[in-house]
Order: sequence, then structure tokens, then C-alpha cells
Amino acid sequence: MDFAIDFLFEPLKEIWEFPIFFVEVVVGGILTGVMYSLVALGFVLIFKASGVFNFAQGAMVLCAALTFVGFHELGVPQWLSLILTLGVMVALAFAIERIVLRPLVNQAPIILFMATIGITFFIDGFFQMVWGEDVKRLDIGIPKEPLEIGGVLVNTFDIVAALVAGTLVGVLAFFFQSTRIGRALRAVADDHQAAQSVGIPLQTIWVIVWSVAGIVALVAGIMWGSKLGVQFSLALIALKALPVLILGGFTSIPGAIIGGLIIGVGEKVAEVFWAAKIGGGIEDWFAYILALFFLMFRPQGLFGERIIERV
Amino acid sequence: MLYREAGQFKTSYSADQGIFPILQDRIGMAIILAVAFVAVPMVASDYFLSTIFIPFLVFSVAAIGLNILTGYCGQLSLGTGGFMACGAYAAYKFATAFPELNIVIVFLLSGGISAAVGVVFGVPSLRIKGFYLAVATLASQFFLIWLFTKVPWFVNYSPSGVISAPPRAVFGWYVTGIEATAEAKYLFCLTFVAVLALVAKNLVRGRIGRAWMAIRDMDIAAEIIGIRPLQTKLLAFAVSSFYCGVAGALWAFIYTSSVEALAFDINRSFQILFMIIIGGLGSILGAFLGAAFIVLLPIFLSAVPQAMGVPVTTSTLAHLEFMIFGGLIVFFLIVEPHGLARLWQLGKEKLRLWPFPH
Repeated sequence: MDFAIDFLFEPLKEIWEFPIFFVEVVVGGILTGVMYSLVALGFVLIFKASGVFNFAQGAMVLCAALTFVGFHELGVPQWLSLILTLGVMVALAFAIERIVLRPLVNQAPIILFMATIGITFFIDGFFQMVWGEDVKRLDIGIPKEPLEIGGVLVNTFDIVAALVAGTLVGVLAFFFQSTRIGRALRAVADDHQAAQSVGIPLQTIWVIVWSVAGIVALVAGIMWGSKLGVQFSLALIALKALPVLILGGFTSIPGAIIGGLIIGVGEKVAEVFWAAKIGGGIEDWFAYILALFFLMFRPQGLFGERIIERV
Repeated sequence: MLYREAGQFKTSYSADQGIFPILQDRIGMAIILAVAFVAVPMVASDYFLSTIFIPFLVFSVAAIGLNILTGYCGQLSLGTGGFMACGAYAAYKFATAFPELNIVIVFLLSGGISAAVGVVFGVPSLRIKGFYLAVATLASQFFLIWLFTKVPWFVNYSPSGVISAPPRAVFGWYVTGIEATAEAKYLFCLTFVAVLALVAKNLVRGRIGRAWMAIRDMDIAAEIIGIRPLQTKLLAFAVSSFYCGVAGALWAFIYTSSVEALAFDINRSFQILFMIIIGGLGSILGAFLGAAFIVLLPIFLSAVPQAMGVPVTTSTLAHLEFMIFGGLIVFFLIVEPHGLARLWQLGKEKLRLWPFPH
């Protein structure tokens, strides 16, 4: 009973007594959530356009960050290494489409999913072999001092990250809604066969989608890399993005953002106010349980396409 | 010529429904069992037994378990490691709390505990489908591992968080602990595997297995022809978790003797998923083939550069292993998405005609 009171009421009392602290925690959660969304976006793009659940997105984040830092350490200026990394990501998209996806056309989704796990292993191994496995520092000149807005302490870096993510989503939305290629991408997402029959080349579209996902991975890699340092654990960020993904729905870009925010806030609040009572270290699973809870009510995620089943 | 069922007539229904209706299959199976039970422990060294054969057997049980859930019932699960950990810790608690309990019963009980946990985590499968479910099963993976790491009761308050198998004997032979010989451990494992595989084979070719497959192929249609999705899916989760739990207990007690929760992390789940994909989804034989493949591959990969005398640093080797592993998986999926079991089936078709062209 003591434990129940301690667990249920104490944290609420704490929140009531220090509202500013609570707001700080929530803001911190929102900003972390945006970072999760950045990774989740890459998943959504590929799933929308090709129905492939791309487990390799995390590995792509790692590989983009490693390549970016690697070129920079070789003495290449940052803007040039950015362009070079973009080139690498596009080349990777080409290679994946050519070597993996094309021979596996028309296979069951689980087979394609497995193939992307294979790709994950390959990318992890290959890029770490090329660039080494030590932790690399990445500094892109964003200040990390805390900033006070209306009495709430916020990290400047997190604000910049959120702005970057917002811009990226804006650009992607524009790209999807208002360009020719974007229209083609949406058509493919809607119905592969219909898109093909009106003359949209599927294979080109897939290369484009994987390249875009690679670019998103690059942005996510740079942001996460300058936050945590560039190292293997970046690839594990993908595991943090998965609950965001199922919460928001696999097929929805706004879903990825909202899902990220919910997960970010929920996780931070639970960690600060509740975690210590049950032993701490809950960040590994809390997001999953939270997402699971939402899924019980909306099995296709908050913004996912409604699953219509016919016999 | 050799492998042909011509002339083998069945005169009763029970003969017709046997597991191995063809004489050659029965002979083959008898030979395999004889080799496994008699020849291998006599010939193989302790090192081979404990680094190749025992892990192979343990992995086979886990792979059969996951194959029941994913291959037969179509529910993609990434929580295998969590259920294995569940079995391992349950076995540890049973074995230390009731020292006089026979180890076989301990293992079966721990399988039962993980079956119960599996049912709890299987409940969302009624609402959630496909990849949503796959990601949701990760919840069980992370939560269970966290639970076993954080709650000291599970490790009997040992400060290191490691559980060590207490020495236990079956028929006077030590099968766990320091005094157990590799042969005893191997035979104990093998008996477990043989019995469990037989049970699984019979489950999947009977009414229950057909219900699972109907759910896998289309759950709404299955519901309409009178299969209850609730019971069927939860049963698949229970049976699958039972197998995974026993595999976890075997892993902790027989294979490594002492283990911590991290041994059952998400990589273990993926490893077992690889086994059933490479071996063949929806095939008991496939679980064995896949387990053999995944156990042998890293050994092979690290032995080849050494044998060729190529100097490779350990970190490069680790990365190379990752690359080759990933590459091979993609290669296998492209060449034969239905796995090694399918290759064996094709081989059997060919054997029927051999050496004649038609």
C-alpha cells in the first residue's frame, strides 16, 4: 500500500509543487521527441512508397554520420563533405535497389523486412570497417548553452534540432505535395500497379525514395551525432524510433512527428518522476509499452491508413 | 532409384497418417537418431560437443518455438530473447527454491512459466497485426530483460546479477554444474530436443497446426470457417513461448552454465529469426537446418582467414563477419526465399527420379 501511494500520488504531488520544473521536463521531452521523429521519418518514407519496413534506417543514420565525420577528418571542409556524403547516400540507395530490392520484387513483406535486416548488418560492418569504430566528435557549430525562455531552461542545441526537423518536414511536405516526383511517389504509395500502368517507373521511384530516406538519415545522423558523438550506438537509435513509428502509423509523416512528441514527452516525464521508484533505466521499454497502449485503441497507429480487410 | 515410394502400400489409416509414411524416410530418421545418440558422443571431442553440438541443439528448440509462432501462425515476433530469458530465470528460481525437484520437471515448469508470460504478451495480437505486432513484441523483449536485470529477487540477490546453474543429476549422471561431462550434457539436451521436436511435428500436422496455418494465411477467412482467433493465436503464443522458455533454460543450465540477462538481448531474437528464415518458415526441419547454419557460419568465418594465413585484426574480423553475415542473408533470400528446407524438398523430388530423367 505504501508503495502504491508512493508510486501513484507522490509524483503528482511533486508535479503540483514544481510546475516550472514539470514544464521544463515536458519541453525537454518535446525536443527529444523531435529527434526521434527525425529517425522515424526515414522509415515512413520508405514504407509509404514501397511497403518495405526498412530496418536498415538506423544503420543508414550511422553510415551517414560516419561518412560525414570521416571525410571531415580527412581534411575536407564541412560543406564539401556534406555533398560527398549525400553522394554516398544516393549511391547506397542505387546499390540497395539494384542488388537487393529488384531481385526480391513480389516477395512477401516479411522477406523484404529480413532483407533489410541483412542490409543493416552489411552497412554496420562495412562502414565501421572503412571509417573505424572509435567514437568521433562532431561539431557543427551549434552552441549547447542552456537558454532561458519565460523562466524555463532549454538547451539551445535542442531548439536548433527542433527547427532543423521542422524545416525538413516542411521541405518534405512541399516535395511530396507540389512537385512532379512527389506526385509520382504518392501515386506509387497508393497503388503500385495503378502507378505502373500510368507510366510511373517503379524502380526509379524506389531509388528516389531510398535516396530521400538517406538524406533524412544524414540529417538525423548529424543531429544525433553532434549530440552523442558518432559511434556504433547511433545505429541503435532506430530502436527508439520504432515505437514512434507504430504510435504514429507506418504511413503518415505527421504521425511520425506527433508520435515522436508523445513518446518524447511520455518517456521524459515517466523517467523523471516515476523511474526512480521502480529501479530506473526504463527508457529501453517505456516507449514500447506506451505505444502498445495506444495501439490497443487504434491498431493502425494514430494516423495510419485504416486497415480494411476483405475475405 | 533408392528414394522411391513405389510399391509401399498402406493398408490402414494410421499407417497412412504416419509421420514418415515412406520407408526410406524412416530408415533415414533411424540412422540420424543413431548417429546423434551413439556416434556423436563417442567420436566428437568435448570441445566440439560444447561449442557446436550443444548450442545447435539449444538454438533448434528456440527456432522451433519461433517457427510455430511466425512460420505456422504468421505472427511475426521479435521477442524471442525475452521469452528465453524468462525460461532461464524461471528455471533458476525453481532449481534453487526446490533443490530436490528433478531437473527435467524444472525445465518443463519453466517452459510453462514462459508460456504464461507469452500469453500475456500475445493478447495484443488480437488487435494488432503485421509489422505493428512485430514492433509491439519488442516491448516484451525490452521489458523482460529490464525486469530480470533490475529486480534482484530473480537472481537470488546475487550482487553480480549472474545466475549459475546448480549441479543437478538425472539417473545419477550430473547434467548441470561443474561435474557434468560434455557427453552427459549433450545427451540430455538431445533427448529434450528429440522429444520436443516430435511433439512439435505432431502439433503442426494435426488439427491445431491446421488452425494455425489457416490464421496465418488469412485470419478473417479462418474466423469465418469456425476457427477461434483468440484461442488459436494465444495457443500459438503459449506453445511458442514454452519452446523458447525451455531453450532459454537449456541455454542457461546446459550450454553456458552461468548467464546474465544480456545474453538474451535483442540480437538473440534476431539470430533466431534469421534461423527460421534461412531454414524455412513453416517447417520443423527448417528450424534445425537454420540453427545449424547460424551456429556454423561464425565458426567457419573466423576459421577461414586463419587457415589461409591472412593476418586480420580482431576488429576487422568482427566487421567482416557482420558484412558477410548480412550479405549471406540477402543472398539467401534472393536465391531461395523459402529457405533451406525448400532446397531439401526440391532435392527429394529430384531423388525420386534419380537416376532416370523421367
